[in-house]
Amino acid sequence: MKPTISSSRGIIKWGVGLTIIGLAALAVIYVLALAYTPFEVRQGAAQKIFYVHVPAAWSAMMAFSLVGLVSILYLWLRDERLDAFAAASAEVGLVFSVIMLTTGPIWGKPIWGTWWTWDARLTLTLILFLLFLGYMTLRSAIHDPAERARFSAVVGIMGMVLVPFIHVSVYLFRTLHPKPIVLKASAPSLPPEMLRTLLLGFLAASVLYLGFVVLRYGLARHAMAELDEEN
Amino acid sequence: MNSWLRVAAAVAGKDIVIEVRTKTAILSAVVFAALVLIIFNFARDASLVSTSVLAPSVLWITFAFAGMITLNRGFNLEKENAALEGLLLAPVPRSAIYVGKLISNLAFVGMVEAVALPLFVLFFNVPVWSILPGLLGLIVLATIGFVAVGTVFSAMTVRTRFSELMLPMLLLPFMVPPLIGAVQTTTRLFAGRPLSEMIGWLRIIALYDVVFITLCVLIFPAVVDE
Repeated sequence: MKPTISSSRGIIKWGVGLTIIGLAALAVIYVLALAYTPFEVRQGAAQKIFYVHVPAAWSAMMAFSLVGLVSILYLWLRDERLDAFAAASAEVGLVFSVIMLTTGPIWGKPIWGTWWTWDARLTLTLILFLLFLGYMTLRSAIHDPAERARFSAVVGIMGMVLVPFIHVSVYLFRTLHPKPIVLKASAPSLPPEMLRTLLLGFLAASVLYLGFVVLRYGLARHAMAELDEEN
Repeated sequence: MNSWLRVAAAVAGKDIVIEVRTKTAILSAVVFAALVLIIFNFARDASLVSTSVLAPSVLWITFAFAGMITLNRGFNLEKENAALEGLLLAPVPRSAIYVGKLISNLAFVGMVEAVALPLFVLFFNVPVWSILPGLLGLIVLATIGFVAVGTVFSAMTVRTRFSELMLPMLLLPFMVPPLIGAVQTTTRLFAGRPLSEMIGWLRIIALYDVVFITLCVLIFPAVVDE
């Protein structure tokens, strides 16, 4: 389907709206984290970063997984909208990765006593971040849109297959990261205030992800529509 | 099936003949590998770190970098005079072209490794005779995986700007699992540990090879399809 300027403007408006809601929810998380949630006994104030760090990690992983899935769909259906979505999702995933990879060390320094450690999760997310930096660099180095879409879809799919291998091999090295406390077999082991704030954090990060992606997607469609009109 | 194999063999054969006649890529990759080994020797405090501690990582980093340089060359050959377009016009399966390219790349990387390994033994003074069959098997196993991925990526990066930089950027993350496994296994081999301590890593590397060769054969047509 060919993009038109008016339809892409509509998408951009949706993106802006969702982003504003997401940012407002993020502000609420800040307030809740500071005023509502109790202090963790051993970690103290440093633990508060958890309400931003974990949701950001969630959005980043969701973003990268969607790139992989949409890449498969692209090679199958060859719809340029799927490629535009994959590009938007990869870019937004990088933004959330930066949040995750900066808030993590800020917490790690007082709690672990080190900014960085070669723990399994840290290594995996860092490699994923670099992989998707490569993905975006590859995109920027190809001029032809169809070729760019095919090549980046190939990297997206291969990247998705790579993740379990990296996970297993870095896990066998050793791991230090706190274990999952919400998505695990038994009930979540968090006080209700902390759990509610964290869940709201997931929601805020997801809405923010959606807002950014829709906005980025709309802008890409707009640029395409403008190109079409010139030709 | 028979003709499919013939196509793969023809593509690989043509690349090997070109390389044997020009010798540029192999020769420069071998010199590069030797230089990396020499630099590694000086990139340590000789009184604090013995060569045997560093040896497994030195071996695999040398192989990884030399392999990357060799892979860069793979599809560069096809770029001149639009040779790839000619190859694609031939009514042959794309997967056979991929497998042919994979075989020739494996031959080149294997040749570089075959020269780098004796140099490594010489420079780093590691006793390899007793573990040679195991070490060679490991080298073959780990090399197949990253060359399979690198062959697909080099077919793409050759058509981008600054392709020499793009290939390492895309390929290095994919080298992480085989490289970790290879270094861990090599360390245990040098220490004379039993096979039971290595089998876990070997399984991961073997699984990586099977999964990625299958995926690459399936996905390669999407790379070259116009």
